[in-house]
Amino acid sequence: MLLVYIIVMDEQINASNAGYPAPSSGHNTPEMSVSDISNALKKTVEQTFSHVRVRGELSKVTLAKSGHLYTSLKDENAVLDAICWRGTVARLSVKAEEGLEVICTGRLTTYPGRSNYQLIIESMELAGEGALLKMLEDRKKKLAAEGLFDPARKKPLPFLPTRIGIVTSPTGAVIRDILHRINDRFPVPVYLWPVMVQGQGAAQQVAAAIRGFNDLPAGFDTPDLLIVARGGGSLEDLMPFNEESVVRAIAESRIPVISAIGHETDVTLADFAADMRAPTPTGAAEMAVPVRRDWLFTVGEYGLRMGRRLDVLVGRRHDRIGELSTSLSRFPRSLDMRQQRYDYAASNLSAAFAAYIQRKDTSVTRVAGRLLSPAAMVHKAAARLQAASLDHAFRDSLRGRMIGLKGLSGGLKRPDAIIRNKARELGKSYENFMRRKDYLFDPKIKTLHSYERILETLSFKNVLKRGYSVVRGAEGTLITSSAAAQRQNRLHIEFADGQATAIPDLHNQSKE
Amino acid sequence: MSTLVPVQDLNFEQALQELEKIVKHLESGDIPLEDSISAYERGVALKKHCEAKLKEAQLKIEKITTDENGRPVSTTEIQAELATLD
Repeated sequence: MLLVYIIVMDEQINASNAGYPAPSSGHNTPEMSVSDISNALKKTVEQTFSHVRVRGELSKVTLAKSGHLYTSLKDENAVLDAICWRGTVARLSVKAEEGLEVICTGRLTTYPGRSNYQLIIESMELAGEGALLKMLEDRKKKLAAEGLFDPARKKPLPFLPTRIGIVTSPTGAVIRDILHRINDRFPVPVYLWPVMVQGQGAAQQVAAAIRGFNDLPAGFDTPDLLIVARGGGSLEDLMPFNEESVVRAIAESRIPVISAIGHETDVTLADFAADMRAPTPTGAAEMAVPVRRDWLFTVGEYGLRMGRRLDVLVGRRHDRIGELSTSLSRFPRSLDMRQQRYDYAASNLSAAFAAYIQRKDTSVTRVAGRLLSPAAMVHKAAARLQAASLDHAFRDSLRGRMIGLKGLSGGLKRPDAIIRNKARELGKSYENFMRRKDYLFDPKIKTLHSYERILETLSFKNVLKRGYSVVRGAEGTLITSSAAAQRQNRLHIEFADGQATAIPDLHNQSKE
Repeated sequence: MSTLVPVQDLNFEQALQELEKIVKHLESGDIPLEDSISAYERGVALKKHCEAKLKEAQLKIEKITTDENGRPVSTTEIQAELATLD
């Protein structure tokens, strides 16, 4: 307004000094053309309102064929026309929709041809968290309906990634925290795809990086895990991660994605689409890689367990072999025992046999006296045959047999020769037994001697040596009480070295 | 045990899983001595392979550079930058 005034002043000065037509009668206000005033107004408005933020509800939203966006901002009492040029429309973080409560940043300008003034929108944001959250909720429902957040779509993370791709800002704490934690836990090769994480264009960059990792040209190693990360910030700051383009890029990624956006309490749509959501960038690194030290320990432990187990298994066999060899070594001992039993039986046998032979010998001798020699027996039989009057042929046959018998009887020995032989063997067995006798009885004799010694030490003779004596009466009976002693005329006292005789003193005894 | 994959062809996770199985098998009870020794030999090879895999890992950070169309063209190693973060 001030500016307008000055301009008017200038005109006045110029008019008076330069001899312009004088103002019409009765008016000292200079006359202006419509263009003059419109241009002056345009200048004033543009300079005064070169940067404003206006809050209002969008209405009459029209996207022209030219690509420019025409709309109005309104509240209860006023309406403000607004235009968003084509180049800006593409960068808007909010999709202009009828009835949406927004805050538009831009400048005011006028359109002299229509006596209009309007807001040129340079950026648009949703007004108030409520509105923003409602928009997010609607978008979430829409994307969920498409199945982008389905648990079935989630890909498992690799147990141990060979390479990790990180999409985040190259500066700041986030990338540092992630790299540090990866290095601490399990260092692996990492690609960093630097992107803007807030403001206009951030969403496009993030989405392009995720797609880019899925489609790396030759010469690059494709990562087997992606981390999309951003530090904490306001809801508006996190808006790129609620953008459809980012959500779709994550959902479509063939490589598993861990999202780590904002603080733990912030949840973006990107988090819903990700295969795993980490509460913090550090948390993302922890999900991405295991702790190498733990695994080294675990693997080492497995080695020890195997070794111990093998020791047990081998040791068990070793013990078994030990047991078996002990059993084997017991076998010769059991042979010894059997040998001993055999020897004992054999020695008994020879003694029993000797007795048996002795018995048989006597009976044989008795019988032998009555025996005839076989020749005599044959002779006797021949005589009996001749005495009997048998027919000639039979006699001839008998004679033939007799001749045979005579020949045979010459080879027969008398039984006593056999008996003598047996007696000789018996004698040998007996000697054998006598030789073994000492060996069999000696230990028993020795034991007997030792008992004898014990008995001797326990006999009363030794007691006498210690100062005791044995008192006997006249017939040698033991006197064991004073009453018995007084009935004796004479006592025989046996000391260790000999005997003495004593007479009991009856007087003294009765006086007492 | 089925036909064995050469240890060198296994990744860490596969080698680890097989190693776990062998340890459990050995600890499961009385198995024939010959079997236990061959299982042990395989287990030791797997353990060495796992350890080698664990030890070979190294942090290497490369920043991707893109052309004007957003296509990756090269990488810059930023190992040194991390060192200064410590």
